[in-house]
Amino acid sequence: MEGVERKTAEAPLEGYNFAYLDEQTKRMIRRAILKAVAIPGHQVPFGGREMPLPYGWGTGGIQVTASLIGPDDVLKVIDQGSDDTTNAVNIRRFFARTTGVDTTERTAEATLIQTRHRIPERPLREDQILVYQVPIPEPLRFMEPRELETRRMHALADYGVMHVKLYEDIARFGRISTAYNYPVLVNGRYVMAPSPIPKFDNPKMDRMPALQLFGAGREKRIYAVPPYTGVKSLDFEDHPFEVQRWEACCALCGAGDSFLDEVVVDDRGGRMFVCSDSDHCRERRDAGHTGPEPEAVGQVQEI
Amino acid sequence: MTNETEQPLLRAVGVSHWYGGTLGCRDVNFELHPGEVLGIVGESGSGKSTLLACLSARLQPTAGQVLYRTRYQGTVDIYGLSEAERRLLMRTDWGIVHQNPRDGLRLAVSAGGNVGERLMAVGARHYGRIRETANAWLERVEIDAGRIDDRPDTFSGGMQQRLQIARNLVTQPRLVFMDEPTGGLDVSVQARLLDLLRGLVADLGLAAVVVTHDLAVTRLLAHRLMVMRRGEVVESGLTDQVLDDPQHPYTQLLVSSVLQP
Repeated sequence: MEGVERKTAEAPLEGYNFAYLDEQTKRMIRRAILKAVAIPGHQVPFGGREMPLPYGWGTGGIQVTASLIGPDDVLKVIDQGSDDTTNAVNIRRFFARTTGVDTTERTAEATLIQTRHRIPERPLREDQILVYQVPIPEPLRFMEPRELETRRMHALADYGVMHVKLYEDIARFGRISTAYNYPVLVNGRYVMAPSPIPKFDNPKMDRMPALQLFGAGREKRIYAVPPYTGVKSLDFEDHPFEVQRWEACCALCGAGDSFLDEVVVDDRGGRMFVCSDSDHCRERRDAGHTGPEPEAVGQVQEI
Repeated sequence: MTNETEQPLLRAVGVSHWYGGTLGCRDVNFELHPGEVLGIVGESGSGKSTLLACLSARLQPTAGQVLYRTRYQGTVDIYGLSEAERRLLMRTDWGIVHQNPRDGLRLAVSAGGNVGERLMAVGARHYGRIRETANAWLERVEIDAGRIDDRPDTFSGGMQQRLQIARNLVTQPRLVFMDEPTGGLDVSVQARLLDLLRGLVADLGLAAVVVTHDLAVTRLLAHRLMVMRRGEVVESGLTDQVLDDPQHPYTQLLVSSVLQP
């Protein structure tokens, strides 16, 4: 199945406000977003509402999207880079039913992208907004369990404990072992948890032309990285930040520079590597690129 | 105009603290100069720990002032500083050695990480150099450098205490507060620790305030002594003077109670 181009939704459901949330709630969330944009990387508490799905399923991201989405928006929803996983499909359908806006699987066509755990490979533009789903917004949480203390640490820029964690990694494993949700310094001031995106995606956040918004529903926090803001992954001078690399390229489109998923294809240890970003892979294949196993497209989609 | 370095490093002026209606300590006055060690002795409940907390910026006294001569800003009232400035001071200029090493160490972090934490907190970003510094300090406090990656909960009590000292001294503080540094350690370990402390005080020109109930520790470590009882300072003076020629009845009681083997 080829990537779905812009899909016009049916008329929204009767009896629900546009995008499910009432206008006052949306206004409250937008105020929190403005505050977050004014202080890049700082976590802003907001009055998270009860959503029709439990915590841990993207309620934070959904509330942010709901407060921003308008009738002329084109929405894309991805989960681990893919448009057709259960979560992505459900959230996209939720918004289609409650707003009637067009949806798409093509990154290039979207104005609003909600994502879980990946940044699209295609560079985003100034007219786009990326909304991240965040489980635990506090980057210091596992080093300092007390909320009172972490707030003070952020206020005083007291981040020594973060580097202690990285030091411990190097002492124990020879390198920094964090592979996802890798902490970053935003605008030279706040340390931020970028959500469980792979560290491969961290460089994309730096000076991105699109607005990046982060919503955590259970913890009820919103934070933001405005367009063209400096985002630097934490590291040591003699152990600089490095992204993941693969020896293989994408089996379908041959990409050697995108984030690859490992797909098990049989019970004899057979596996292949495929672009995690399904739209990116499709775009490359449409443009004529092929990988070592281009006919495996159907196989990948079945899994 | 008096030379800056002749000004006292730490000055307590009328420091008093009440916990509601209960007295913690009352009207404590003293001056501390660089290179001096002040001992504070007294029985349990005499107000020593309260006083130490007030002096080390952990407890704001109900009355009185604690004045500290900073490196670049002259003498300041430590409770007049902002929280950020106070934290920076506690991290760079001061050290606090707790009675129980578990209060002063991160047990889940390796010895090297513990020693390097202060350096990283003030901006050190070179792993190799941080590790070298940590190594040097471990050797200095006589901990086997091969244990740099071991966690403190695998160390003995004496080693934990020495690690705590290394952790505090790595940023070259000018003033160290110690609360019963040898509490719970056996005699030979105590002796080694006191030797180490004496050496460090001499080498680094540290000033220290040592709270203890053990007179032997004060005799070995402190230049001057303050005896506290029921929240008040009953006697103070040079250590030798106070211990050999006690004037106040309580001090006489303390001195005469020391067990002689």
